[in-house]
Amino acid sequence: MPLTREQIAKRISEEVQDGYTVNLGIGIPTLVANYIPSTKTVMLQSENGLLGMGPFPFEGSEDADLINAGKQTITTLPGSSFFSSADSFAMIRGGHIDLTVLGAMEVDEVGSIANWMVPGKMIKGMGGAMDLVAGAKNVIVAMQHTDKDGNSKLRKACTLPLTGVRCIKKIVSDFGVIEITPNGFLLLEYAPDMTAEQVLKATEGKMTIHPECKRMSV
Amino acid sequence: MSHKVFSDAKTALSGVQDNMTYLVGGFGLCGIPENCILALRDSGVKNITCVSNNAGVDDFGLGLLLQTRQIKKMMSSYVGENATFEKQFMSGELELEFCPQGTLAERLRAGGAGIPGFYTPTGVGTKIAEGKEIRQFDGRDYVLEKGIIGDFAFVKAWKGDKFGNLVYRKTARNFNPMIATAGKITVAEVEELVEIGELDPDQIHTPGVFVQRIFQGSNYEKRIEQRTVQKRV
Repeated sequence: MPLTREQIAKRISEEVQDGYTVNLGIGIPTLVANYIPSTKTVMLQSENGLLGMGPFPFEGSEDADLINAGKQTITTLPGSSFFSSADSFAMIRGGHIDLTVLGAMEVDEVGSIANWMVPGKMIKGMGGAMDLVAGAKNVIVAMQHTDKDGNSKLRKACTLPLTGVRCIKKIVSDFGVIEITPNGFLLLEYAPDMTAEQVLKATEGKMTIHPECKRMSV
Repeated sequence: MSHKVFSDAKTALSGVQDNMTYLVGGFGLCGIPENCILALRDSGVKNITCVSNNAGVDDFGLGLLLQTRQIKKMMSSYVGENATFEKQFMSGELELEFCPQGTLAERLRAGGAGIPGFYTPTGVGTKIAEGKEIRQFDGRDYVLEKGIIGDFAFVKAWKGDKFGNLVYRKTARNFNPMIATAGKITVAEVEELVEIGELDPDQIHTPGVFVQRIFQGSNYEKRIEQRTVQKRV
């Protein structure tokens, strides 16, 4: 069985280290926050202008002036700070954010990512994604390994317009955990009830299986 | 300093004309200059270019100026919450220049700071960099992006004094501080207009020199786009 969205998020949460400042994108990446243990001190950054994002407010305490990058009402935590979007992207572009987690339509074997437009369809915009992939020290992608017709989204070369070039370090897909190396995709872990060979077969780009590749514990 | 103080949005917007470029603060519907947007609509100006991170929703924010077809061109990073936008863009009525969010913030900051252009790593190798100068620094490629200034800038602050000093509240700050610096004429609307001296100089986010006109807004709706809550247990 491929991983569920929650299992992908849970696995990514293991990559979050104590003391990290992390920016989580919309979708599966947002769920990562639910699995970061309270033993780790982690600051979540919201690119509209908040460091130290807290959980959703209790009913009746929503504040229209306090939202995250997904326009959801949120709260602050002790140690939070507010700032302008220019300062926010100085943090992002300037390499002050330890980890960014975001979704993707395609990632290719050199670590380029496409996640903002499909030609011929209405384009919503890239928001902060291009800045995040260009600036964060580490970028992990949460994605589905294949599209609904079974075609690989881990490509030899992205076919969709790019968001960033050679910027992705790691992918956690519903099929496994994959590192991007100078030699292409490197499979580190595969989903329970799958085999490493199945993941390899479902991948278009060049993939090698790590000698110590293991079954994921989820 | 009372020459900066106007009684309402209508009088504060005197001089707005067709074909101008307007910078509009806010992120989503948070921290948008609600009164100025309504006054722009009522002024009837046409063929305008709006620089704003988002384009509002169908019936609020800049969506109101799309409904009346006053906007010729938008410069934004994300416009996904607006069906009117999609319809007008797909039919070719509306021009759109996408700009990555951090690049947009920096272009506004640069414009207001007298910097005509800057190099950024954001967007190198993507459509956004096509036709733009690329320059290498220490082995990495960067793309040249230009500063932005507007004929008018419209910002929303929580409190302001009669000199134009502004204090924003929480994440309603967002694009407002940079936009305040980048207008030939900057109009600030505030929830509470106070006397000079009432704001703590240490707490001011936008010094009044950037603000040419200020008024106390009224009837703030402060609409929430995504109301997410947790149940009390």
